[in-house]
Amino acid sequence: MTPALVLLAAEGEKENPLIPPWPELVIGLIAFVIVFGFLAKKLLPNINKVLEERREAIEGGIEKAEAAQTEAQSVLEQYKAQLAEARHEAARLRQEAQEQGATLIAEMRAEGQRQREEIIAAGHAQIEADRKAAASALRQDVGKLATELAGKLVGESLEDHARQSRVIDRFLDELEEKAEATR
Amino acid sequence: MSADPTQVLAFETDCHLFDGCGFDKVSPGLHSFLFEPLWGNADGNGFYFNKPMLLALLGSVIVVGFFWAAFARPKVVPGKLQMVAEAGYDFIRRGVVYETIGKREGEKYVPLVVSLFFFVWMMNLWSVIPVAQFPVTSIIAYPMVLAAIVYILWVSLTFKRHGFVGFFKNVTGYDKSLGAVLPLAMTIEFFSNLIVRPFTHAVRLFANMFAGHTLLVLFTIASWYMLNGVGIAYSGVSFVMTIVMTAFELFIQAVQAYVFVLLTCSYIQGALAEHH
Repeated sequence: MTPALVLLAAEGEKENPLIPPWPELVIGLIAFVIVFGFLAKKLLPNINKVLEERREAIEGGIEKAEAAQTEAQSVLEQYKAQLAEARHEAARLRQEAQEQGATLIAEMRAEGQRQREEIIAAGHAQIEADRKAAASALRQDVGKLATELAGKLVGESLEDHARQSRVIDRFLDELEEKAEATR
Repeated sequence: MSADPTQVLAFETDCHLFDGCGFDKVSPGLHSFLFEPLWGNADGNGFYFNKPMLLALLGSVIVVGFFWAAFARPKVVPGKLQMVAEAGYDFIRRGVVYETIGKREGEKYVPLVVSLFFFVWMMNLWSVIPVAQFPVTSIIAYPMVLAAIVYILWVSLTFKRHGFVGFFKNVTGYDKSLGAVLPLAMTIEFFSNLIVRPFTHAVRLFANMFAGHTLLVLFTIASWYMLNGVGIAYSGVSFVMTIVMTAFELFIQAVQAYVFVLLTCSYIQGALAEHH
């Protein structure tokens, strides 16, 4: 052991490690005050401010996102409602159109039927009237022609109207019967 | 250790096992915690400057430098360094202060507790930092200063909060239901709180670091001392132990810093509480 070490070792036995020398207390205090001063006065307030800002930013962001989501939701619902309404309207219109079409067709059919019947009835009446007119005209003409012809042939005037008309009528009846028979 | 010129260990590099040199010549002891002053003279009552003081001041600068780099111009979106520092800050703020004192009352003491934690941790960490390799807190003066600050804060807070009679009741744990044992309980509580507690607060940290450093020095020296002939095998074991103890010390350093601030918070909480 060197003399210096012996000295120090001897001193170490005397020294109580629990009794601090004052210069070390002073330096310890200074060292801690340096750390505490910087942290308490500048650095921790700094970071607290930023942490607060961050918290606000995050909360603001969340709020914004929530607002956007609610808006999107409401818009979606509105859109859905509109869509449903439009569908409903379309269905209603389609049905209405169908109904209208059906009634229109039915009406037109009925009208057509009616017109056809009218036309047919009118045709029948016309034909009947024509036939009657023709028949009466024919009867007169044939009577006259036959009388004239018979007068010319016989050379004798058939004065007796009663007989004359009886003869003509009989003749015509025969003609009709013939016509009936040939039909 | 031997590379450190400021530490005067009773450690002779030529002393080995089987060389007729006893381990008592090199073993660590109280002298491992004494340093020749770098400046001034330790014998008289004058001021001097030694290695632990240098480490203490340097440690302060490192702690402040770290937080300066992280928090001087903090950003809302943090960088890596700021994120690490924030994690440490948040751990003490939420995990220690809010947990013990509460958010409303505790916010005021966050800077003190955060400073205490990182200061103590840095002082402890010097133990395993190469070349320094000495925990500043293994010198009683440093824990004592910190414990004194906490003690003064605790006493003044208790006075402010409870008045003179309230202080007395708070310190002595006054409780009528104790009946006949009340005087005895009050005497014990009085000594325990007012006299023993600051002492144990400082000594708990000091003793842990003191013991940890002694162990590290012991295994380090033993590894060198036994490095002779067959002793090499023992030396290897000792060297492995040095590494294991270094890792263990890293853990203990953080734990002791944590315990120190946890106790600080619990004292402050006791001072603020309505009843002891």
